[in-house]
Amino acid sequence: MTARRRETWAAYGFLSPWIVGFLVFLAGPMVASLVLSFTDYDVLTSTDFVGGENYRMLLADPKVRGSLANTMFYTVLHVPLTMAVALGLAMLLARAGRRSAGFFRTIFYLPTITPKVAVGVLFLLLFNGQVGLVNGVLGFLGINGPDWTSDGAWIKPGIVLMSAWSLGSTVIIYLAALQNVPRDLYEAAEMDGASPWARFRAVTVPMISGALFFTLIINTISSLQTFDEVYTAFFGSANQQTYGNDAALFYVIYLFQQAFQFLHMGYASALAWLLFLIIMLITLVQVGLSRRFVYYESE
Amino acid sequence: MFIRSIRAAVSAVLVVALAAGCGGVGSSGKDSGNATVTLTMMGFGTGDEVAQTRFDAANAAIAPSSAKASEGSFSAQQFLSAVASGSPPDLVYLERRLLGTYAVKKAIVPLTDCVEREKIDLGQFRPAAVAEATLGGTLYGLPEFYNNRVLMINDTAFTEAGLDPATFSTADWPALTAATRKLTAVRGGKLARIGFDPKIPEFLPLWAHANGGALVSEDGKKAQLTDPKVVEALTFTVSLINAQGGWAKFKSFRDSFDFFGAKNQFATDQLGAFPMEDFYLNVLTESSPDVKLTVAPFRGVDGQPVDWITGNAWAIPAKSPHAAQACKWIKTMTESGSWIAAAKARAAARQAEGAPFTGLFTGNVKADEVIFKDVVKPTGHPGFDKAVQTVLQTQQAGFSEPALAAGEEFKAAWQDAVNRVLSGKQRPAEALAQAQQQAQAALDKANSGS
Repeated sequence: MTARRRETWAAYGFLSPWIVGFLVFLAGPMVASLVLSFTDYDVLTSTDFVGGENYRMLLADPKVRGSLANTMFYTVLHVPLTMAVALGLAMLLARAGRRSAGFFRTIFYLPTITPKVAVGVLFLLLFNGQVGLVNGVLGFLGINGPDWTSDGAWIKPGIVLMSAWSLGSTVIIYLAALQNVPRDLYEAAEMDGASPWARFRAVTVPMISGALFFTLIINTISSLQTFDEVYTAFFGSANQQTYGNDAALFYVIYLFQQAFQFLHMGYASALAWLLFLIIMLITLVQVGLSRRFVYYESE
Repeated sequence: MFIRSIRAAVSAVLVVALAAGCGGVGSSGKDSGNATVTLTMMGFGTGDEVAQTRFDAANAAIAPSSAKASEGSFSAQQFLSAVASGSPPDLVYLERRLLGTYAVKKAIVPLTDCVEREKIDLGQFRPAAVAEATLGGTLYGLPEFYNNRVLMINDTAFTEAGLDPATFSTADWPALTAATRKLTAVRGGKLARIGFDPKIPEFLPLWAHANGGALVSEDGKKAQLTDPKVVEALTFTVSLINAQGGWAKFKSFRDSFDFFGAKNQFATDQLGAFPMEDFYLNVLTESSPDVKLTVAPFRGVDGQPVDWITGNAWAIPAKSPHAAQACKWIKTMTESGSWIAAAKARAAARQAEGAPFTGLFTGNVKADEVIFKDVVKPTGHPGFDKAVQTVLQTQQAGFSEPALAAGEEFKAAWQDAVNRVLSGKQRPAEALAQAQQQAQAALDKANSGS
């Protein structure tokens, strides 16, 4: 055996735990769920092949449309909001002194490590229309706040606002990107008389466009898969399930209900594959657009 | 992330189920009923003296074998995975309303043999509790607690509104609306007191029954959500909420209650009255024993008491490795002697805390007779003593929803309908018509396999 061949086998050897994990815990389950999506399967009784019936059902299911609309609404508001606020905070941090930057970096990141279940509970406390802190502050400003947690029209905007709670990771990514922008580009722009806005638009944004694109993709995918905090707030207990508001029914929550509440594993698998296709489609569009907007220094 | 978890869980279940089908997983040992084993269970914890005392008694009954508590509430996901993989627990403790669903899917076994072998006297249990655990004439669970719904009235609010708690009744709906308006308090444009909380969606079965209707036929096979009596009950209860500012404000305010604490809605005069499960009496005696409270039966439009009862039950999963000992264990767990011992333990614990004991309302008639005759003593709070007597009398009017083959889907259908009406998306008749279709389809599908 040649040295190169030995090296190749050694590489496979080192990679094998991941490969086995990938096959058993990701590829295998994905294939299984694809097969299940064409069956009527409730875990306990026999599995019946139903062809495309599950997919036909989901196209006619008003709850699929409703939960998808809720999820899209959330994504469309959450992703730009998170990116804009995170970028603003990162730019402030980039201007701060070394010691204070470290302190604030920690402060901004802390909410990210808060369990999402706790965030869900916190949402109910802070956004309660009658006694919540948010409406208390709005009331102080003379604004009569809405019933964020119980009025169908305000539930999703409330969840979007609450989602800004955990933008710490995005801030850290932007901060790292900002710190990598060469100072001489700013100096050159300043010498040419560029205003702060022009420097931001023509230097900062192109130079961190790779980071912006990365967070756009990641935040979009995680938004489309939102579950934990909304489930905790609106469906987590038997009592909350009783009062479950359609406005808070996100796609993955509906998928979970179908699978583990109603034991419709086949239908839930079809729902999972629809979401997979939607995410793939959106990601492909984003990647396509990125060719026009993302600047890679090495290119 | 979550999708990945679900895919992984579904597939893991599939893989293990296939393996089990090949005889690779699961216990094949026969349960002689004499071997020394440790019974496993799901859904039960020994968090208080009532649970612990009965648990100890049941363990003594199967000594030298014993059971190990799971210390967690019932999880459908966990239970299904265990059953599908051929590694079910010996016992499962779950809501009685879920028994039908698992019975149809053969995840739990009929208790016919168990009852016969252990000579379990079914006459000791309250009929409504047994009915809730029975599907198609077959018993699938031994009933535990007997949760009654009674009317709880805040005397302070009633006095302030110029109303008499003693004559307050849910029988006269126009009068109930008028009383609700009087009891409701608004300060600074915000709700300061809910006058009357009809507790919908969850108590719609109670209101429907009170109006002479039912959500489902007695055999549990026909949804009756479009029954005019049900539609009328929903229309009325929603009107009560709308009379108090509408659902959004109503729920926001109610969510702010310190329900289990010393500043609960009765202690802080945030609620006039509501129908509620009897366990809440124990909460109030513990958290705010000085509240001025009147408890009355919930009455139907014919003036008669109506008591919708629910509770948990013990069932034996299919392929339970030690079904014979499990049967013996649940027999002891639910028999009168264990309940009486548990009540004595609770009474002693409450006495040590200097708090009153208002009894246990169980599914076992014989146990209740002894508990309320010999164990429960006057609390020193006339309101609570009278409340206990009211609950005991109301128990005679107990009814339960029949066991359903698609209990979860049926419940989700009508509760979603109520929520759509509450949020103003649909009118009651329209919402219930939609729910009727969904519920009937679910029942038909589930029953077709039974």
